[in-house]
Parts: sequence; C-alpha cells; structure tokens
Amino acid sequence: MVNIISEMLGKSPVQPIQDHIGVAYECTQMLPSLLEAANLNDWDKVAKVNERIRNLEHDADKIKMKIRSNLPKSLFMPVPRQDLLELVLVQDKIANITKSIAGMINQRKIQIPTVMYDEFMVFVNLCVDAAKFAKKSVNELDELYETGFRGAEVKLVQELIDNLDEIETKTDLKQHAMQSELFKIEKEMPPVDVMFLYKLIDMVGGIADMAERVGRRLELLLAK
Amino acid sequence: MEYQTTYIILAGVFGLFMAWGIGANDVANAMATSVGSKAITIKTAIIIAAIFEFSGAILAGGEVTKTIRKGIVDPDTFVNSPELLIFGMLASLLAAGIWLLIASKKGWPVSTTHSIVGAVVGFAAVGIGFDAVHWGKVGTIVMSWVVSPLTSGIIAFLIFQSVHVLILRTDDPLKMAKRYVPFYIFLTAFFMTLVTIKKGLKHVSDIHVSSSEAYIYAAIIGIVVAVIGAIFISKIQPDKAKEKEFHFHTVEKVFAVLMVITASGLAFAHGSNDVANAVGPLAAVVSTAQSGIIGSKAALNPWILLVGGIGIVIGLATYGRKVIATVGTKITHLTPSRGFAAELGASMTIVMASSTGMPISTTHTLVGAVLGVGLAKGISAINLSVVRGIFASWVITIPAGAILSIVFFFILRAIFG
Repeated sequence: MVNIISEMLGKSPVQPIQDHIGVAYECTQMLPSLLEAANLNDWDKVAKVNERIRNLEHDADKIKMKIRSNLPKSLFMPVPRQDLLELVLVQDKIANITKSIAGMINQRKIQIPTVMYDEFMVFVNLCVDAAKFAKKSVNELDELYETGFRGAEVKLVQELIDNLDEIETKTDLKQHAMQSELFKIEKEMPPVDVMFLYKLIDMVGGIADMAERVGRRLELLLAK
Repeated sequence: MEYQTTYIILAGVFGLFMAWGIGANDVANAMATSVGSKAITIKTAIIIAAIFEFSGAILAGGEVTKTIRKGIVDPDTFVNSPELLIFGMLASLLAAGIWLLIASKKGWPVSTTHSIVGAVVGFAAVGIGFDAVHWGKVGTIVMSWVVSPLTSGIIAFLIFQSVHVLILRTDDPLKMAKRYVPFYIFLTAFFMTLVTIKKGLKHVSDIHVSSSEAYIYAAIIGIVVAVIGAIFISKIQPDKAKEKEFHFHTVEKVFAVLMVITASGLAFAHGSNDVANAVGPLAAVVSTAQSGIIGSKAALNPWILLVGGIGIVIGLATYGRKVIATVGTKITHLTPSRGFAAELGASMTIVMASSTGMPISTTHTLVGAVLGVGLAKGISAINLSVVRGIFASWVITIPAGAILSIVFFFILRAIFG
C-alpha cells in the first residue's frame, strides 16, 4: 500500500546527523584512557580501547553513508544539501583522526615523556571538550529546523559556537606549549620517537580544529 | 421506464463500492499527517475520520454532487433517451471504481475525483456526442485542479509563517503557543462552520439562514471550540526531561491539541468533496430513473449522501484502519506545528471548492499545502520526484477513466438497451 503523503516526505537527515556527531564524540572520549594505559605499559588495554575506537569509527562511517544515500538531489530542503553533506564530512573527520591516533599509539607503543605527561593530558581533555561542544552545537540542529533557522534559537546556537571557538583557541595555545616542552627534551630521546610525538601533538590538536570547523559549517546554515 | 428498480439498485451498489474505496484508501491520505505527527492515536484518527467524513458528506456535499449529476453533461441531449444517461453514469461509477482498484494495487497515486470526472466526460463525449459535454464547465473544473493545490499551498505557507513569527522564533515559544493556538482553533472551527452553513445546509434541510446569522453562528461555534481547546492546552505541563532532548517538545504538545481540530476539519472537507463526487453519478441515476426526466429540479435525495457516508465508514472500518496504521509508522518527522498548517490550508481550500461545486482532488490539495509549509522552511526534506509523479498521474487518470467508462457504457447499452 502506497501512501502519497508519506512517500512525498523524504527521510529527514536531522536525527542521523545528530547521531553521527554523537558517535564521533564517543570516539574522542576513549582517548584519555588509551593514553593512560599506554603510559602504564598496559598494552592489552591499549589494544582493547583501540579496537573500541575502530568499531565506533566504523559505526560513524556507516551512519555517514546512510545520510548520503538518503539525500538524493531530488530533495527539497530548507538548507542546501551540499552544506549538510559537508557538515557530516567534517564531523566524520573527528572520528577518523581519533582512529588514526589510537592506531598509531597502539602500533608504535608510543608513551608520553613523564615530564610533560600531566600537561599533555590536560591538552587531550581540552580537545575532547572541543568535540563535546561540537556535539552540543549539532544537537541543536532539530531545534534549528523547528524554527526555520531564525529567531531566538539562532542566538542560542551562536553562543554555543562562540564557546566552541574559545575552547579551540585554548587548545591552540596548549598545542604550542606542548611543542615547546617537547623541543626542550627532544635531544635526549630517540629521533624517530620525537618525530612521532610531534605528529601526535598535531593530530590531537587536529581534533579541536575539526570540532571548530563543525561549528563553522553549522554557522553557515544559520540565516543571516 | 423498464428496469427502473434494477438501475437504482445497481447504482446504489456501485456508489457504495466507490465510497467504500474512498474510505479504505483516500481517508488514509487525509489522516496521514495527523497520525504521523503523533498528535492523535490511530484509534482517535479513525473515530475522527468516521464522524467528520460522514458529516462532511451529508452537510456539505450537496453542491459537488450536483456538479457531477448535471453540471458536466448537457441534460438537453438526453431528453429523448434518459436511459443513456443512466447507462453512462453506471459506467462511470464502474470505470472509476475499477481504475482506482487497479491504481491502488499498482501503487499509483491517482485521484478519485479525476477518475470520476474523466469517466463522465468520456462516456458523454464518445458514447453520446461531443456536444453532450458542457465543455465550459469541464474547463473550469480542470482549472480548479491547477488552482486548488496553489491556493492551499499559499494558505499553508502564510499560516506557517505566522506560526514562525508569533510562536517558534520568540524567546518564550511555550507561552506564545499557549496564547495564540486558541486563535488558530477558532479560525478553523469558524471557517468550516461558516462555509457549511452558507453553502451546504440548503441541500439537506429547509432551514434558511441569512448571511449575517451565518457569521454569528459560525463565530459562536468557533468560540466554543476554541474555549474547549484552551482548557486542554492550559492543562499541558512542561516535560523537563523530554525538553532537554528537544526544546520544543511541550510547544509541540500544544500544537497537538490544535491538530485534533484541523484533522477533524480536513476529514470534514474530504467528506464534502470526495464522497460527494463519488455519489454524484448515483444521484443522477436515481433522479432520472425515478422521474424519467433529465436534470430534474427535484432536490437531492438525502439518502444518496447517506449511502456515501455509510460507504466511507465501512471502508474505514474494514480496510482503512490498516492503511492509516501503516502510514502512521512511516511519517515520523512531521511535527504538529507543521501538520496543522498543512491540514488547515488544505481543508480551507477544499471546503471553499466544495461550496462552489468544484470537484477537486483532496490529495493534490494536501500535497500543495505540504509543499507550502516546505517553502516556509517547515519540512526537513520533501521528495520532489514523488511530487512530480503525483501531479503527472492525473494526466493518465483522465483518459484511463474515460476509456473504461466508454467500454462499460457500450456494454451496458447492449445489455439493457
């Protein structure tokens, strides 16, 4: 039995997009425990957490594919289809980077030098926070649709995005501080390890960068 | 006239069959937005549909019935051979009924109205002669098929824009919803009552209501319904847990009260148009068979509209329930603030059309209204390829209805003629 009205209403991408950022954020949440376990030489746990992150990233990919296939060109939507697709793409990168970080630590048995460990964990948690704020902002998507991307709700979302920007600025400073710390001790360490530590710092900072870009993408949807 | 009773019984059975088909199939389209938005349960939807489809058919269906009965064909052509009109109308009922059955089996989005009009035009133009058709009237009807989705789209667009500005985009949407939703309830009840009193009642009773009286009665009914609605709305308490997930949860619950009213309005409008145009041919057969005179001035027999009303309720009870239940699970993201605007836009347009005797497609009008809400940025995704298919289908439906009715016309003439 075909019902005309139900056929005409396409599948709404809103909930899937919110689910997607939820999974991406869940990925980043695993990172602190993974780094902790690595520094405690608990490589079994590192492998386990790495596996979790891989699975979550895979889930995020599946949601991403589903969103894409449910957004054919024949849809009429309040916001451009391309903007939504790009939002999902950036969200997905949060999960992707996290997976790469976890894989690298697991494979190369990377440990954070003790002198910079505490500060590094602050840095990681700050980046996870950025992802959390990205999720919070994207979770307002259904409310934005409800109000046609205008009015009081837009102000609320703008505030969330501003918060996200602030956190990202903090992570930038922290990232810089981490690089300076590492520079001080790099001569006493095996060069390859140092290389990968620099890379790790960049990648962790990349999570916050992507979170900020999620905010930028969301901002584009708001009516000016 | 020979076989007089046979003709009436046959027409009654075919008319009942058409009305049954509408109840089984079409009503689901009318109720889909309400059930899908979870504003009302499936059980409530069926009760609302039964009551308001029935009363719409009886109270406001007279004018459309008249159009099908004697507006499309030229009665003068049949003066010497009233049987031909009877065969034609029986053929039209059969043709439309069978075409709808095929279409719903195949899943084609066709319109009851278009099938019936196509069938009546078909038998008259080919079976009788080109001049037997009031082409001017047919032209107006076809125009109304273009105009009605446009009108409902514009009304729904404006209604939903007002909802955005007055309620959703404000700092305290819940307070504003509680303040303004009773006005929308008033508007719905007022408009439906007004058109019914002014245009529909004369077909079923001798009570004469003057224009100013009609406005007063409609206002009284509007206020009563709005007050009842306001009482229900005042009882709604914010659900903090659900609001955390979706800030507009409670606001939508206020709109859900409104949607019960607009769903009733749409069911009423649907009854007034679709049921009426299904029993139009039945009315033509009965009046001709009883009097032997074509296009007699005799008033519409009230039992004819009753047949339509009963048929639709049986259709709902036997088959429509299942269809509505399926639809309800499929549409999940049309919230009451959207659904009501679409329903109100559609039902206003349909009731206006019914009052002027225009047989329009309820479904197309509703599709137009949903598009209107979509243009006001109200709907997250509308599948335009489906919409194109819906509007293209009437191009096929008219010749299909016409060809089938021509075939049945010649068969019936061979049997009884």
